[in-house]
Amino acid sequence: MKQKIRIGCGAGFSGDRIEPAVVLAEQGKLDYLVLECLAERTIGLAQKRKMLDATKGYDPLLEKRITTLLPHLVKNNTRLITNMGAANPIEAAKKIIAIATLQNVQIKVAAITGDDVLSFIEANKSSITDLENNKPLSEYNIISANAYLGAAPIVDALAAGAQIIITGRVADPSLFLAPLIHEFGWATDDYNLMGKGTVTGHLLECAGQITGGYFADGVKKIVDNLDKLGHPFADVFADGTAVVGKVEGTGGVINLQTAKEQLLYEVMNPYEYITPDVIADFTTVYLEEIGKDMVQVSGGSGAAKPAGYKASIGYKAFYLGEGEISYAGAAAYERAQLAAAIIEKRLKPFFSDIRIDFIGVQSMHKTTFSNTSKPYEVRLRVAAKAQTAEAAALVGGEVEALYTNGPAGGGGARKYVNEVIGIVSTLIDRNLIVPQVKIFES
Amino acid sequence: MKLYEIAHSRAGDKGNTLMLSLIPYNEANYTILRTTVTAQKVKDHLKEIVQGEVIRYELPNISSLLFVCYNTLSGGVTTSLALDTHGKSLSYALLEMEIELMEL
Repeated sequence: MKQKIRIGCGAGFSGDRIEPAVVLAEQGKLDYLVLECLAERTIGLAQKRKMLDATKGYDPLLEKRITTLLPHLVKNNTRLITNMGAANPIEAAKKIIAIATLQNVQIKVAAITGDDVLSFIEANKSSITDLENNKPLSEYNIISANAYLGAAPIVDALAAGAQIIITGRVADPSLFLAPLIHEFGWATDDYNLMGKGTVTGHLLECAGQITGGYFADGVKKIVDNLDKLGHPFADVFADGTAVVGKVEGTGGVINLQTAKEQLLYEVMNPYEYITPDVIADFTTVYLEEIGKDMVQVSGGSGAAKPAGYKASIGYKAFYLGEGEISYAGAAAYERAQLAAAIIEKRLKPFFSDIRIDFIGVQSMHKTTFSNTSKPYEVRLRVAAKAQTAEAAALVGGEVEALYTNGPAGGGGARKYVNEVIGIVSTLIDRNLIVPQVKIFES
Repeated sequence: MKLYEIAHSRAGDKGNTLMLSLIPYNEANYTILRTTVTAQKVKDHLKEIVQGEVIRYELPNISSLLFVCYNTLSGGVTTSLALDTHGKSLSYALLEMEIELMEL
């Protein structure tokens, strides 16, 4: 049994940069590379692509990522765990096999399914309510429903010898916990170890967010070479202690400040961080800087896993119409306000929900906390909800028409229409979820 | 002075809930933050943004506070008309809070 496992995280969201993952795969001396690419809403969008084409529905960057990374993974004997399967892990696995065949590489790929509970939800939507609004799911125009799986099926896939494991919806930290269970033979009812592994997974899962991304402010938090920001890895020991680091020569920083910010990121209750594997306690964690760009993570604990699986349900919410136009120089704000008054009158008969923001004055926080400096330029933003794409287009159309039908000197008009997928969640009985592992070989 | 002078923060979101960490640059200032920046003070400061309850968690092991703010993001990340649908910029709204120098 190994004494130490090195796990890198090369992506923290579906649109993440590819270069840092390549650096990790090439120079990181990794045992495992994890790519976390599946935000709550990403899977709803993927499900939509699958409905249009049954061979799609996995991460749009999968081909580019695998093509680039595979030679390094093979050369360095690094196994890859990723949720890039999104709504279609089986087709994603087939795609990876096709890429491997092209590169003349022999690999074993495992696709993990069982997270897709759309048919169950569809059949029972009148009797199941969501956690957010306590409404029956039949009131939503549902397009996707996925339960968060835990580490177990990934551990099975690793035991089966797969070098690449491709999943759909899995709790993010479970992607990292699985190789620890596999390599160290951790008992999955040793909840303190499950808690420790979950802490490490949580610290890594957003990739650049622990190495200085979403952190630097250029004034009090100076971070060097952000342009070549490195993504993190952790050396994890059999007792669950971990040291978070990054490849030498990459940009960014790992210190107590970045680690603390990431430990608490998106945590609703630090005493009870719930995954399908464990209820982890983050309040028992200790962090210590033990070298340059090296933070040791110790402590961490956990309690028995929850009885139900959380499932997130994507639904068609509305079409978002947006338009923007800028004013600069004398009376810029006054002209933007005039434009806002005009546009509100023009759009009001057609939309019940209109939002107008003055970018550069007050668009982000609904207040400016008594900061009152006069801006040289202001960008007007108008947004409204509509039931169809055609209706939503009216918003940007009216903003654009301010060029010749509005205040003086408007410039840089842009218009957008996007379909908005909403997300609600519910709990599903553990016994109803049966994860499956399917192996493909090139 | 502003909280920004002595502390940093990161915003996170889950549905309609906003989480804001508050971390002193100097760990010796943790006690001052704990005494000064109460859940009620955060709720008052963010009254335009936070409609629901604010719960504060203390993490003495890492000298940090965590504020969990409910009913915040006008329908949550997925269905809001706001520019910053996630509320990712709200860490800097927290750091705008004025605290008395005498308290230091």
